[in-house]
Amino acid sequence: MGPQEKPRVAFFSFTCCEGCQLMVLSCEKELPDILKHIKIVNFREAMSEKSDDYDIAFVEGSISRRDEIKKLKKVRKQARVVVALGTCSSTGGLNCLKNRYPMEEVKEAVYGKRAALSYKPIDTIPARPIDAVVEVDYYLHGCPISKKEFLSFLTALLMGKKPDTVNHPVCVDCKMAGNICVFEKGGHCLGPVTRGGCDAICVTYGTWCWGCRGPVDNPNIDSHRETLERYGLTAEDVAKKFALYGECGGGRKC
Amino acid sequence: MKRDLNIKIREITRVEGHGNIVIDVKKGEIKDLKLEIIESPRFFEMMLRGRRYDEAQHIMARICGICAVSHTSASLRAIEDAMDIRISRQAALLRKLAFDGEMLQSHILHIFFLVLPDLAGVGSIVPLLASHPEMARTGLELKRLANEICETVGGRHIHPISLFPGGVVFTPKPADLKKLRGELEASFTGLEAALEFLVNAKLPDFSLEREFISLKSKGEYAFYSGEPVSSLGKEIDPGCFTEEIKEYVVEHSSAKHARSSKGTYMVGALARVNNNRRQLGPRAKGALRASGMKLPCYNPFMNNMAQLIECFHAAEEAIGLIDELLDLGPKTEPLAKPKGHGRGVGIVEAPRGTLYHEYEINKEGIIEGSVCIIPTAQNLRSIEDDLRAFVPMLLDRPKAEIARGVETLVRAYDPCISCSAHIMDVSFME
Ligand code: SF4
Ligand code: SF4
Ligand code: SF4
Repeated sequence: MGPQEKPRVAFFSFTCCEGCQLMVLSCEKELPDILKHIKIVNFREAMSEKSDDYDIAFVEGSISRRDEIKKLKKVRKQARVVVALGTCSSTGGLNCLKNRYPMEEVKEAVYGKRAALSYKPIDTIPARPIDAVVEVDYYLHGCPISKKEFLSFLTALLMGKKPDTVNHPVCVDCKMAGNICVFEKGGHCLGPVTRGGCDAICVTYGTWCWGCRGPVDNPNIDSHRETLERYGLTAEDVAKKFALYGECGGGRKC
Repeated sequence: MKRDLNIKIREITRVEGHGNIVIDVKKGEIKDLKLEIIESPRFFEMMLRGRRYDEAQHIMARICGICAVSHTSASLRAIEDAMDIRISRQAALLRKLAFDGEMLQSHILHIFFLVLPDLAGVGSIVPLLASHPEMARTGLELKRLANEICETVGGRHIHPISLFPGGVVFTPKPADLKKLRGELEASFTGLEAALEFLVNAKLPDFSLEREFISLKSKGEYAFYSGEPVSSLGKEIDPGCFTEEIKEYVVEHSSAKHARSSKGTYMVGALARVNNNRRQLGPRAKGALRASGMKLPCYNPFMNNMAQLIECFHAAEEAIGLIDELLDLGPKTEPLAKPKGHGRGVGIVEAPRGTLYHEYEINKEGIIEGSVCIIPTAQNLRSIEDDLRAFVPMLLDRPKAEIARGVETLVRAYDPCISCSAHIMDVSFME
């Protein structure tokens, strides 16, 4: 990339629902402006133009098939910056729920006895985040990602600043949003052990935090674990019983 | 001319396609033709097993980012059927409103981001912003409005939050609903412009008779609920849909195919407009007349027109729903409680067609088993039949033109975004 040129950005998608790419596409207001500063060279969901020459790769989806490993390594080789886009990619996400069962059983349950033939399209391996395969420079968490976070991340990256990583639990966002705590209403919530940055949107819209952004990794904020203990729960209990996103090992990464 | 031809169309992405088309012609005869789906399977049936019933809609929404509201709705209806839960009128109105938002969002994305650039001879909405700025901006604006409908009700347009077993756990403010209403009223101008564009762009003239299956509802054009019916006059018992609709595994696809007792059938906007045209709203009926479409229409390319007609309907219906909600005066409601357990079925019309969810829920509220049949799986057989009839009509044309025709046909079905909404790479091997 020459100094005058716009950075070339590519989007890639592995095992997932493609909701995170769609979230990017739904920046309708900002899109025309964004395109003044970057050149999108690969975005399967929206365009036919394609190129193998890119600087920044946004990677969505978990790795759940052998051929995906090879493809992901190719992306890493080409890109200067690799960003995990969304929970499937950053922690393995919901896809890891299938890891609770042996892969042969998983295949057979969906495809029947023929699965034993193990033909290529249905070949499956335990789902994993992309950093189980390649080095990742930045993570955007969330299932789906937050639009706001994506936009501020992109701005920072383009200005050559180090993008911020949120390192407080969802409870902090939740208090800011002025919500009544779900525990007070007799429910349960993964907010105390989950990384914030989403404005606690799930609590605001009437449910609890499901833990989609993965565990918060700052050990100093144990006070929020106390919230759980007050209600007779440990973080491990909560992760085991309620976590949909932490099947790969008690709320930790796959 | 008895021609030999071997076409392989691969998806464009650098991560290699998730869907390929392979056509092998020897001496003017098709020897092999298949739509290979190589999308990584995700095994949702297994993800669900052993989870609590009120996690199901959250998990199942994540089958697809673009039709998350449909999966959520089918999931909720299956749970509520299994557990004998009756939701309130307000909850039903809100769910339908979110459903219309998704219908609009999905159809607009397909029409403006994929079909119109194609017809305008450009690669995506990006160059369309330069070549047809009005049209591109209209598309972005309509899409934004559609997202906003889903956000207002569900909190988020991808993976809605508030739609929950027993009702809806967030109540939108009347002021927000009124704002949406105003924007919806204004949206018809953009839809009219798109209609004019689509009518003037000549869609290929190709027709193949087939069965159409969709939901049908007594009081309304069926999106959120209804009973499955066939254009051949058959009613399908929703409780035993698997007796009529059979899924089967094919070697070249990670998506299963489906057949009815008659064989190939089509689902989606064209099937719905064919089966339920009388229930379209007045503006949608006007659009249908202006489109020049003659019903029953067996031309799969007209599916795009049917989608646009449905955009008119979704916008009209959404306005009506908002009026009802405002009359009702939306208030916070408790969730309706489960009264039983067992087997339950939820069927909705997702943007791409009939979507079936079926769960077995035990006494503890744990999901023991599930079946999910998605629209694209039901259309794969229809797409392959169409290709078999369509390719021979093109055999005397240049290769590039054949490939383009084939691609356009597949895209007309708007197959699920994760298998082929995207432009495909074309290569020939001879
Ligand atoms: S993280 Fe969630 S929204 Fe994003 S691709 Fe994965 S399943 Fe879809
Ligand atoms: S536990 Fe949940 S509801 Fe309570 S403050 Fe934390 S995030 Fe909010
Ligand atoms: S509240 Fe929890 S589940 Fe919801 S978006 Fe935030 S981290 Fe994810």
